[in-house]
Amino acid sequence: MMENNNVIEVKELTKMFGDFTAVSAITFEVKQGEIFGFLGANGAGKTTAMKMLIGISKPTAGDARVAGFDVASEAENIKKNIGYMSQKFALYDDLTVKENITFFGGIYGLTRAKIKEKTRELTEELGLKDLTDQMVGSLPLGWKQKIAFSVSLLHEPKIVFLDEPTGGVDPITRRQFWEMIYKSANKGTTIFVTTHYMDEAEYCDRVSIMVNGKIEALDSPKKLKEQYGAETMNDVFLKLARG
Amino acid sequence: MKQFRGFVIKEFYHIFRDKRSLFILFGMPIAQILLFGFAITNEINNVDIAVLDHSKDATTEEMINSIAASEYFSIDQFIEREADIETVFKQGKVKAVLNIEKDFSQKLIKDGKAYVQIITDATDPNTANTIFNYVTSILQKFQSSKNKSAEFPYQIVPQTRMVYNPELKSVFMFVPGVMTIILMLVSAMMTSISITREKELGTMEILLVSPLKPFQVIVGKVVPYIFLSVINAIVIVVLSIFIFKMPVEGSLFLLGLESVLFIITALALGILISSIAQTQQTAMMISLMGLMLPVILLSGFIFPISSMPFILQIISNIVPAKWFIIIIKGIMLKGVGLWFIWKETLVLLGMTVFFIGLSVKKYKIRLE
Repeated sequence: MMENNNVIEVKELTKMFGDFTAVSAITFEVKQGEIFGFLGANGAGKTTAMKMLIGISKPTAGDARVAGFDVASEAENIKKNIGYMSQKFALYDDLTVKENITFFGGIYGLTRAKIKEKTRELTEELGLKDLTDQMVGSLPLGWKQKIAFSVSLLHEPKIVFLDEPTGGVDPITRRQFWEMIYKSANKGTTIFVTTHYMDEAEYCDRVSIMVNGKIEALDSPKKLKEQYGAETMNDVFLKLARG
Repeated sequence: MKQFRGFVIKEFYHIFRDKRSLFILFGMPIAQILLFGFAITNEINNVDIAVLDHSKDATTEEMINSIAASEYFSIDQFIEREADIETVFKQGKVKAVLNIEKDFSQKLIKDGKAYVQIITDATDPNTANTIFNYVTSILQKFQSSKNKSAEFPYQIVPQTRMVYNPELKSVFMFVPGVMTIILMLVSAMMTSISITREKELGTMEILLVSPLKPFQVIVGKVVPYIFLSVINAIVIVVLSIFIFKMPVEGSLFLLGLESVLFIITALALGILISSIAQTQQTAMMISLMGLMLPVILLSGFIFPISSMPFILQIISNIVPAKWFIIIIKGIMLKGVGLWFIWKETLVLLGMTVFFIGLSVKKYKIRLE
């Protein structure tokens, strides 16, 4: 691989399930510190592509390197260098905030002192100080998502993969969530995010749009809008999706 | 290792914070063992019987007294005519009638032989059978006590000895079965539910993306249940020893080892189920239908395997519980050592290896 600051390099990555091609030879790079939006309709193949990148699904063909490691052969090394938060809950409802942090810190191999420090930091930042001993299940969805995001950053990963992190969350909380994303991107963390909300696509540095397993468009939101002569990302998306 | 410990601690939080799990884990074993021990029993106690004594001599009186003196029977009434037999059965209170032939004493002395007919109400065949056995055994005891004092023993009866459970205590039959059910329930059902729960909630994905290896995740989920199952096994054995005075003739150590083996068999089944089922509900249904029913019906726990149709007898061989019940009955009631149950042990071991192999394969397919 070339010496550059690409943290994700994908070349002709393909995934087949039997005869069905879920992901068809996609190629792209993501730079360090970038917020990369990964868009597509349901069933377009974004989740499958993402699963290959985080090392829980093996590619049928093609190459991909994440954080400098090959997804097919070095998945274990990738796992240490990435954070992941899924569209479903990433936290345990029947554990308290503190126990969740301790657990996830623990499985990423953080020391006890480090976990303590992180817990304090995180709860202060989110204004959660009085809630650390509350069961996560009793917190509103928006809170859970924000905590889950912070938890995925506990081990200071190079890249964070967010799979529709703001699904079902109210606009104000979504706004706050994106502020958190910006904050960590400024610290140098690369953000790879899939989303349904086209307004969120506008917040990304670059977006790719998947249609039927292929990447049909990839550029900054501004350039994409120019290219397709559209007012909003939503229009861009509709034009692409309708062919 | 430290990561692993954290994982197990988390698992215990899940278990101890869920009232339903707690109930299944600790309420069920105790409730079941007490239920089977006290309520559901095919033991007989103070069964009402009627007597039709055609002789009414000293020997028959003594004989009837010896039956009435036992705690199993009480004489409800004496009847005079054969026709009354049907009447008392129809009234329903009396479960058996002793029909003593005419000139009982004379015949014993003259022919060395006399007959007592035991008529039982076979609408409940199990009870009827038990009553028959009990009466026979009381009569034999009576007869041998008479023979001791008599100068010329007047009858040589082939002795049917009831071994292993001479008092026919049904609780001794139920304890191994209940223990098997509980271990199956806790190990297989609870683990399959707890693994599918992580799938359903989406946290399984998070765990697979973490540096934890898939087998660490599975082992981490299973370890607390091994621990709890062992505690359960101990509780059941202690309850049955102290409350039901159940004997443990064989080695407790061997019993422990065999139980751990069965727990692992059940856990392997649980893991297998969780690799097929996507939701907790499916996991529970498969566990109940696929595991609990065979344990109850085909393991020989309630229905003797030897009296099943041939095809079911064959099917019963693939039910792990069948082998475990043979093993623990052997250890607890007969006091046998490993030498007598190595075949059964080997079968269980083979099944365990097979199930683990299958779930590893299934698991891999899912990850591809």
